[in-house]
Amino acid sequence: MNGVWIPAEVADAIRAHGKAAYPDECCGALIGSGSSVLEAFALDNKTTSGARRRFLVEPTDFRQAEARARAAGAELLGFYHSHPDHPARPSQFDLDHAWPNLSYVIVAVEGGRPATMTSWRLRDDRSAFDEETIHENQGTHPHAAAALHGQA
Amino acid sequence: MKIKVLIPTPLRPFTGKRDVVDIEGRTVGEVLRALATEYGDLQRHLFADDGRLRSFVNIYVNDDDIRYLKKEDTEVQAGDTVSIIPSVAGGAPVAADLIGERQQAELTKAEVERYSRHLIMPEVGIDGQRRLKAARVLCIGAGGLGSPAAMYLAAAGVGRLGIVDFDVVDSSNLQRQIIHGTPDVGRPKLVSARERLTAINPEVQIDSHETRITSANALALFADYDVIVDGTDNFPTRYLVNDASVLSGKPNVYGSIFRFEGQASVFAVKGGPCYRCLYPEPPPPGLVPSCAEGGVLGVLPGVIGTIQATETIKLILGGGEPLVGRFLIYDAWRMRFRELKLRRDPACPVCGDAPTIKALIDYEQFCGIAPQRGAASGGAGPGLPPELETSVEELKARLDRSDRPFILDVREPHEYQINRIPGSTLIPLGELQQRLTELPQGAAAPDIVVHCKSGARSAKATRLLTERGFDRVRNLKGGIVAWVEKIDPSQPKY
Repeated sequence: MNGVWIPAEVADAIRAHGKAAYPDECCGALIGSGSSVLEAFALDNKTTSGARRRFLVEPTDFRQAEARARAAGAELLGFYHSHPDHPARPSQFDLDHAWPNLSYVIVAVEGGRPATMTSWRLRDDRSAFDEETIHENQGTHPHAAAALHGQA
Repeated sequence: MKIKVLIPTPLRPFTGKRDVVDIEGRTVGEVLRALATEYGDLQRHLFADDGRLRSFVNIYVNDDDIRYLKKEDTEVQAGDTVSIIPSVAGGAPVAADLIGERQQAELTKAEVERYSRHLIMPEVGIDGQRRLKAARVLCIGAGGLGSPAAMYLAAAGVGRLGIVDFDVVDSSNLQRQIIHGTPDVGRPKLVSARERLTAINPEVQIDSHETRITSANALALFADYDVIVDGTDNFPTRYLVNDASVLSGKPNVYGSIFRFEGQASVFAVKGGPCYRCLYPEPPPPGLVPSCAEGGVLGVLPGVIGTIQATETIKLILGGGEPLVGRFLIYDAWRMRFRELKLRRDPACPVCGDAPTIKALIDYEQFCGIAPQRGAASGGAGPGLPPELETSVEELKARLDRSDRPFILDVREPHEYQINRIPGSTLIPLGELQQRLTELPQGAAAPDIVVHCKSGARSAKATRLLTERGFDRVRNLKGGIVAWVEKIDPSQPKY
């Protein structure tokens, strides 16, 4: 079954981060194993071109996220960010700056209230994003149990 | 020598899951290209189509960012580690907040009623309408594009609207410049524009700038505004508006029109491209005709100017998907919209990473146009010697004394239908080379006077004929325009 598994408490943490950052965008890293997210790791939004509509994860933060994943015996699975007052669909800007093999979770925050949450993966030829199903609140993916064990 | 390259998580599926690979190379550029050759799938993720490293790919040698070393030419030696580190970026694409922390006045009861169709849409709402009220927009030109742009911006409730123009309304403007009416012919455009805009919305503050925009005054003019709407019709002013927008950090909402085709984009938004990223150099003078020479469908600036107003409003609201990094081309004849992707050029001389243009320059010179000799000056065309020219008065005198030359009209047939010099022969400039046999030749043949609309095309024809051995050829200075103005006012001008 394709898609990404996100436990309800992790999904709620992403929504809470989007709500707290509103009207700015929030961003963070998704850490887990295979296709199961175990942790949403909040990052500082480093953009200088209007945090309201943009987010930027600096190389140092990227390294930090990778290091955290490694320390937990897990992997960096992707990133999440919020779209304040904007649909939870990737923009052209998202596409232009996307990396392959990562899940991009977007949560729409409408008037300060978290709304739709979607997840996307970059096509191999970089032409577009494909939406992937978010399996929320269905417990963790069976293969994730081992990775959980390694978390501090 | 072998260099260790650290592969970030998202790229590992392309390197057989390895997080470190050994690659040969003497510089970072060599290493990365060898890496992309060995692992072909990396190519499109690391390099853009033009072969340059993508802007969100960061490369470190040991712990140093190569941007602060010698970029891709940075040398590497055995023992060095090259790390590929992603910048992860995204978000809804919108310019920085234009209104900023500026005081935004409350809406009056009358304003709430006037803008009610805006207010009931959450994308605008009371907050957005207050932003519009606080916004200051400068329209360069009150012509074809400036007319609908300014009218819709006034109607939308933009608080302050500046207009730069120094022209007088001419009857040939009325086919497209809908801000002016028939009774306005002969009046300054700024006067009729102010009346029309005030009639649409008396609450809008109109600033009239009766001046030609120049390198000397542009930055001071722009200082009081948040967005610049470019409604200019010539290359020197277009580059001037672009550069001044970049230098003053104001978005440049661009539009241009020609015949049936229009273009629009939003330039000079932070991180986005500017007009120079698209066209680093202007076309050679005379290559691209103006609307006065080539014509324009009257409704075309209505479409493009309205798109400019739309983009201006979105920039002010800070919502939607602006036309940044996208170049819209509209073909009215085929009724097609096309969109090209544009990227900021890091090597752009004005908005690039190391700009070389830090102050406004001489744009007439930059565009290859000598000062005091505008394209529409009706002059004899660039560089024809006086012995190859004649005036409409001389031609009239010759006709009156029956010393009739062969009058060659090199315009297009549809122009010939509008007006003509009696007894002239029409051979469009593009066909001239193939139809030289239709011209009088030999010692007894009459000499040839060539004309077009205002003298530019006929100057080219004169040069062509001289090169082909016609030794008695003269260009009619000022063309049919001068003929109608000075000799035969009974005929229409165009």
